[in-house]
Amino acid sequence: MPELMQFMFSGLTVGAVYALVALGFTIIYNASDVVNFAQGEFVMLGGMVTFFATAAGVPLPIAAVLAIASAVAVGLVLYKLAIEPARGASVVTLIIITIGASIFIRGVAQIVFDKQFHRIPAFSGDAPFKILGATLLPQSLWVLAGTAITVAALWLFLQRTIFGKAIVATSANRLAAQLVGVDTNSVVAVSFALSGAIGALAGILITPITLTSYDVGTLLALKGFAAAMLGGMGNPVGAVVGGLLLGMAEQLSAGLISSKYKDAVAFIMILLILFVLPNGLFGRARVERV
Amino acid sequence: MPASRSLGLLVLTALIGVAPVLFPSVFYYEIGTGIFIASLVVVGLNILMGYAGQVSLGHAGFFGIGAYAMAIGPARFGLPSMLSILAGLAVTILTAWVVGRPILKLKGHYLAVATLGLGILISMVLSNEAQWTGGPDGMSVPKFELLGFTIRGSRMWYWTSAAVLLIGIWLALNLVDSPTGRALRGLHDSEVAAASNGIDVARYKLVAFTISAGYASLAGSMAALSDGHITPTAAGFLHSVELVTMSVLGGMGSIFGAVIGAGLLKALPQVLTFLHDYEQVVIGAIMMGIMIFLREGILPAVTSRLRSRAP
Repeated sequence: MPELMQFMFSGLTVGAVYALVALGFTIIYNASDVVNFAQGEFVMLGGMVTFFATAAGVPLPIAAVLAIASAVAVGLVLYKLAIEPARGASVVTLIIITIGASIFIRGVAQIVFDKQFHRIPAFSGDAPFKILGATLLPQSLWVLAGTAITVAALWLFLQRTIFGKAIVATSANRLAAQLVGVDTNSVVAVSFALSGAIGALAGILITPITLTSYDVGTLLALKGFAAAMLGGMGNPVGAVVGGLLLGMAEQLSAGLISSKYKDAVAFIMILLILFVLPNGLFGRARVERV
Repeated sequence: MPASRSLGLLVLTALIGVAPVLFPSVFYYEIGTGIFIASLVVVGLNILMGYAGQVSLGHAGFFGIGAYAMAIGPARFGLPSMLSILAGLAVTILTAWVVGRPILKLKGHYLAVATLGLGILISMVLSNEAQWTGGPDGMSVPKFELLGFTIRGSRMWYWTSAAVLLIGIWLALNLVDSPTGRALRGLHDSEVAAASNGIDVARYKLVAFTISAGYASLAGSMAALSDGHITPTAAGFLHSVELVTMSVLGGMGSIFGAVIGAGLLKALPQVLTFLHDYEQVVIGAIMMGIMIFLREGILPAVTSRLRSRAP
């Protein structure tokens, strides 16, 4: 039982990060139909910028803000220079563009930063809590709370602000949104900025536990993508649930079966889900008109 | 086969035959071999992506199966080279046929992520099952031997891989002009229209997927044999992306474009070695650039420009 609790705790912690990555995917996908494979690079930037800023003597909160700001900037530049000029391109073309962008950002990061693994100190110490015989790191609480607050803030932004509603409208129907006066170009730009910020936040929160380096982005992006797909592409609630489920499934399979195929769990789940429920857990079946 | 395609095949054969005259060192034969092998995969991938209109981000997985067959076959089962190639092909075709059936029902991003997952799973098995595959360090591959005849050295591999590529292209050109090829193009344009004309859409997609997987497997076997060593990165995600990029770069739906796309992307790292640390940055930038500015691929862009200039 304590073991099971332990797997649950670590699963939720990792899952929260997948959820944030998946959420970032979803925001961009909804606004522009682009699957952004460079999403993991935002997470990397969050961790790396925070580490190098704190190493240079910047206090942690300011370093975190710097990290988020730089990811937002990268998100905007990515949109302006790579996505906007390719409007109307096919799915494959856009996928290659964002993969090219992720290779590019990784290449820059390895020059600007370095190729080492880095850790930032936990926000409130490393003394673990004991709950039902399992240990819980204080940093895990930060991760979970940070994810919960992000999700809540995002929901408020989308439902209660005029700009948020413009994003929802664009997601629902781009042309109709344009007709009622929504500037859909800014909406897409903001969605890239927003998902940069969310990705960076995930990176800042998780780096004290999992460490970071210039190349952590690829696997995170793939798993976040799997999580988004699991919940049904384009559904924010589905993205969060998918992320948490994926994290738990990974840790449980690592603990109960074997850790050898821990990283494979995401892809096995995705194949099974797609075979059984081709629209994900929460996706609606699309009706195709001919 | 239309005359223009026969001519294309002749020109390509001539180019391959004449190119070595310009080679300053044996190293260039190795680059040539690399290009021919990559071209073979992309020719197959083009049948799937360019003609049937289905994406695959997992073809490096099939390449990996073909490659590892050349190491595992002789080392663990004592199979001769030729049988190892066939065993690799058999495993690949079986995998593609069985997994392709449910996967190819998916469309767009879902198909992309499913094939991506399949490719990653294959590469994970290859790097995790160390007692079979040697793990992340890979395995060495014995030389190709058939009836006492051995293929060794860069020069011999240059000619062997060129011959296999030309046969592969010839088969692909014939396939494209056959009823199967027309069915594939039909379902690319509209699956509904194709189905209402009596084309078994699911079956033809599966045929295209399996054929392209077979090309990848054969190319993987040749790559393993000519390198003499194989590691799981050959089956990895980035290799799959590289293959798809070659296919799009050359121009989807153009068999000869496949060779151009593969040639450019294979030659690129050789040209860029002087950049050292900046290599990744430049490769990423080039990938984005060609996708933004040469969306239909190089060969179609050039031919359409030539045509518009002609009176």
